Amino acid sequence: MLDVVIIGAGVSGCAVARELSRKKLNIAVLEKNADVCEGTSKANSGIVHAGFDAKPGTLKAKLNVKGSRMMKQLSEELDFPYKQNGSLVLCFDDKDKDKLEELKERGIENGVGELEILDREKVLAIEPAVGEKVAAALHAPMGAIVCPFGLTIALAENAAVNGVDFHFKTKVKEIHKKDGGYEILTNQGSFQARSVINAAGVYADEIHNMVCDEEDKFQITPRKGEYLLYDKKVGNLVSHTLFQLPTALGKGILVTPTVHGNLLTGPTAEDIPDKEGVNTTAEGLDTVLEKAALSILQVPSRQVITSFAGLRAHSSKGDFIIGEVKGAPGFFDVAGMESPGLSCAPAVGEYVAQMVNNYLQPEENGDFIAVRKGIPSMALAGDEERHRLIQENPAYANVICRCEMVTEGEILDAIRRPLGATTTDGVKRRVRAGMGRCQAGFCSPKVVEILSRELGIDESQVIKAEEGSYYLLPENPSGENILPEGI
Amino acid sequence: MKIDLVIIGGGPAGMAAALSAYENGVTDILILERDKELGGILNQCIHNGFGLHTFKEELTGPEYAVRYIEKVQEKKIPYLLNTMAVDVKGGSPCIITAMNREKGLFKIETKAVVLAMGCRERARGAMNIPGFRPAGIYSAGTAQRFVNIEGRMPGKEVVVLGSGDIGLIMARRMSLQGAKVKLVAEIMPYSGGLKRNIVQCLDDFGIPLLLSHTVTEIHGKDRVEGVTVVKVDENLKPIKGTEEYVSCDTLLLSCGLIPENELSEGAGAQMDSVTQGPVVNARLETTAEGIFACGNVLHVHDLVDNVSKEAVSAGAFAAAYIKEKASDWGEAVRPKIPQKTKSIIPEGRDAGKTLICIGCPVGCLITVDKNDDGSLVITGNTCKKGEQYARNEVTAPKRTVTSIMKVEGGAGKVVSVKTKEEIPRNKIWECMKEINKGIVKAPVKVGDILIRDVAGTGVDVVATINMELH
Repeated sequence: MLDVVIIGAGVSGCAVARELSRKKLNIAVLEKNADVCEGTSKANSGIVHAGFDAKPGTLKAKLNVKGSRMMKQLSEELDFPYKQNGSLVLCFDDKDKDKLEELKERGIENGVGELEILDREKVLAIEPAVGEKVAAALHAPMGAIVCPFGLTIALAENAAVNGVDFHFKTKVKEIHKKDGGYEILTNQGSFQARSVINAAGVYADEIHNMVCDEEDKFQITPRKGEYLLYDKKVGNLVSHTLFQLPTALGKGILVTPTVHGNLLTGPTAEDIPDKEGVNTTAEGLDTVLEKAALSILQVPSRQVITSFAGLRAHSSKGDFIIGEVKGAPGFFDVAGMESPGLSCAPAVGEYVAQMVNNYLQPEENGDFIAVRKGIPSMALAGDEERHRLIQENPAYANVICRCEMVTEGEILDAIRRPLGATTTDGVKRRVRAGMGRCQAGFCSPKVVEILSRELGIDESQVIKAEEGSYYLLPENPSGENILPEGI
Repeated sequence: MKIDLVIIGGGPAGMAAALSAYENGVTDILILERDKELGGILNQCIHNGFGLHTFKEELTGPEYAVRYIEKVQEKKIPYLLNTMAVDVKGGSPCIITAMNREKGLFKIETKAVVLAMGCRERARGAMNIPGFRPAGIYSAGTAQRFVNIEGRMPGKEVVVLGSGDIGLIMARRMSLQGAKVKLVAEIMPYSGGLKRNIVQCLDDFGIPLLLSHTVTEIHGKDRVEGVTVVKVDENLKPIKGTEEYVSCDTLLLSCGLIPENELSEGAGAQMDSVTQGPVVNARLETTAEGIFACGNVLHVHDLVDNVSKEAVSAGAFAAAYIKEKASDWGEAVRPKIPQKTKSIIPEGRDAGKTLICIGCPVGCLITVDKNDDGSLVITGNTCKKGEQYARNEVTAPKRTVTSIMKVEGGAGKVVSVKTKEEIPRNKIWECMKEINKGIVKAPVKVGDILIRDVAGTGVDVVATINMELH
C-alpha cells in the first residue's frame, strides 16, 4: 500500500507532491493526461498576485500572501522564470477612487506591504502607455509574473527526483474506502494508499463526490478565460501587470508582460458546462481586445501570435476547498483552486503537506534534494556560456525553433530529463520551441523528427498532447490513391 | 575570423548576391546557411514555374536553386552549412556572431554584410481563428516541408484557408499524394494566387475555390475534425446564417508572407512598416552601416526571378562599398513592391471554350471557337505559347507532373522529380502511381532519368535535385 496518492499533476498537485517528498513516504501522482501541467495550470495569466484582492480571513487571502512571498526563493531553488514586476490596479473614474482605497485597506489587512495609490501623473511616470481614462491606480510592488509551466514542471521534476512516482494517462474511475486507506481504480489498474489528495482541478468535484457523504457533495464549475498573446516586439509596451477595477462593462481583464517577454491580455470569465471546453470564441476574443483598450492607449492587435482559453475550477463556496473530507479520514481536497491558485501553489504545498504529515506522521527524508537545475537556455545565455554549451554538446548549435532560438540540445534535455517531454506540447512548455511568432510553423517538422528518434517511434505516432493529436499519417495511408474528378 | 563580405542566407537571394559580388571583384566571401544545404525554401518548392525570366525556361524550385549552387561551387565561394547567424552589428567592421557544431559560437569581422534571410509565413495567431487548438493546423509551407522534404502526409481530408500561390500549390500536392482537398476558402473577393494556379491546381482536381469565404471556427480537441466555413460581406465580416460545417482532419493556412527580420532589427536597422523589411537607400544599404539587404527579407517578392535580380544589385553595391568605402548614405528609397495579385476567374465561364492560359503568370483569357470546317479560331492569347496551349487544351490537354520519389541511401528521405515534358492530363494519375511505387538509389543528379516512358506516355520522369550519398 502506498502512503499517498495525489490525483492531478497540475501546479497544486505537484506542489503538494514536492513538499511531501521531504518525508519518507511512498507517493504516486495519478494524472489523466500525458504530461504534467495539462489543465488549468497551463492556461492562465501567469501572475503572482500580491494578495490584496482576496477577502480577509479566507484561505485565498492567507495562502496568496504567503505563496507570493515564497515564490521568489522557490524560483531560485527550482530554477524557473520569475520576475517581480509590480502590479497596478487601474481606476478609470475619479468616482471610483474610494474603491482603490478599499482594495488598499483590504491588502493591508491581508498583510500585503508597500501598497500605494498613485494619481494619473504618477501612473504615467511609471507606465506611460496606459489609457486616457486611467484616473489613478493602486500600486503593489510585490506583484510578480511567473512561467506557469516552468513552475509546475520544476515542482514535478524535483518531486520525481525525490522519489515521487508519476503515472500519466491514468484516469481515476472509482475510489473505495478500505481498511487503513483507499483503493483507487483507474484505467491503468488499481492503486491503494493510506492517504489521498484530490487535486483534480475542474474534476475535483467528481473525485470528492466519490468518497463524501451525500450532503457534502459539491460542484466545480469550469469558468472559461480567453486570452490573446502578442509578439515579443510589443512585450515591453507595459512593464507592470495592469489590472482593472471592475467597471460598468463588468469585471476587468489584465494587460501584462509575460515572464518571457510577450504581452498578454485576458481573461474573460464565462461559466461553461464542458470541463474540456478550452476553445476560444470570436465573442470572447473581441471582449478581450475591447476591454484591453481601456488599460492601454493602443492594443497592438496586429501583433497577436496566438489565442487560448483556460478553465478555472470555480466552486460555489467562494474560497478554496482545502482540507480533510468529512467522514473520509486521510482524504484531503485541494479543490476550487481558481485564481489566485497559481500564486498560492508554494503555500498550498506546505499547507496540505502539513495536514498529511499530521495524519501519517512520517519520518524525514534525509536524502531530500531541494535544488533543481533547469534546462539551459541558449536564447538567454551570454556568448561565453553559449560557446561552452556547444563545446559540451554540439547539439546546442543546432537551432530548431528560430523564433525563440531553441536548440536541439535543449530539446534533447527536455526529452531525456526526469519526467521528460513525450509530446510536442511537452517540448514546447519545457523549452519554448513553438512558442514564438511563427507558432511552430518552422520547428514542428523538426521537433516531430527529434521526438520520433528519441522515443523510438514512427513520426506518425508523435503527438501534440493527447492520444489522437497526431501530426502525420502512417506511411502510404490510403494505399491506392483515388482519382480526383476532372482528370 | 576576418572576411570581406558575409552573406546571411544561402537561398536564391544570398547565392545571387554572392555571385554578383564575386563578379564585381570581391572574392573573399562567406555565405552562412542555417539549413543543411544551399537553396533555401526553393528546395521544398518542387513545382515548376520558376526561372522564366532568368533562364527563359520553366524550372522547378530545386532546379532553379541547383543552377546557382553549381555556380557558387564552381567559383569556390565558401559557405558554412548548419550555421546560424545569431547577431549582426553594422559598422567598420561589421561584426557577426554565428554558431555551428564544429566552431561553437564564433565572431566574424567583415567589411560588409548582405542580409538574405528570406521570409516566413503568417501563422494562425495573426488570423485569430477561434476554436480549439488541435493538431492538424499547418501553414501551407509547413505542410509543404512535411510532404516534399520529409515525404510524409499530414492528413487525408484538407481545407485550405487563403488562396495565395502556396495554398493553391499545396492543394494540388496533397491531392496528388492521395488526400481529398475539400475546398479553398478565400476571404477576399479575388484570389491572391495566379490564375494559372487556379486552373492547374484547383480546376484540374475539381477543388472548389470559395471567394469571399473564411473559416470562423476550428473543431476537434485533439486533431482537427472540421471547420466552420462562412461567407463574408463586403467589409469581410461573416454573414450570419451562411455557416457551413466542413469535416476535415487538416487545415492549411496560406495567409501571406512576412520578411524575416530578427537580425535586421537586432542590428538596429530602421524598419519600413509598409514593406515590413528594413529601410534601404538606392544602393540597398540599410541604415545600419555596411549592412545591405535583398530578396524576401527586404520585401516579399512575387517571383524568385525578381529576387535574383535584386540580389545581383545588392551584391554589386556591397562590392562597390567594400572597394570604395561609403559615400553619403543619401535618402531612403522604397523598393518597388509588386502589385498584389488579384485573380478573378470570370463567372459562368464555359471552360470548354474560354480558357485561362497556364503558360506563364499572366494567365491570358483565351477564347476558342470552331469554324464550320472544324478548324479552331483562337483569340485572346498574347503569345505563340498561348495559342499552342489553347489548341492542346481543347483537343488533348497536357500537364507537367512534379512530385517526389523515395530515395535509399541518400542524405535526404526523398528526391524531387518531374515529367521531363508535359504528359496528357488524363495520364496524371497513372504517372503518380508509378512515381509512388518507385524507389531511387542515391546519389542522384538533376536530370537523371528515374522512370522511363512513364505511364506509356513516352515521357521520362527525371530528378530535379541533386542528392549526395548519406
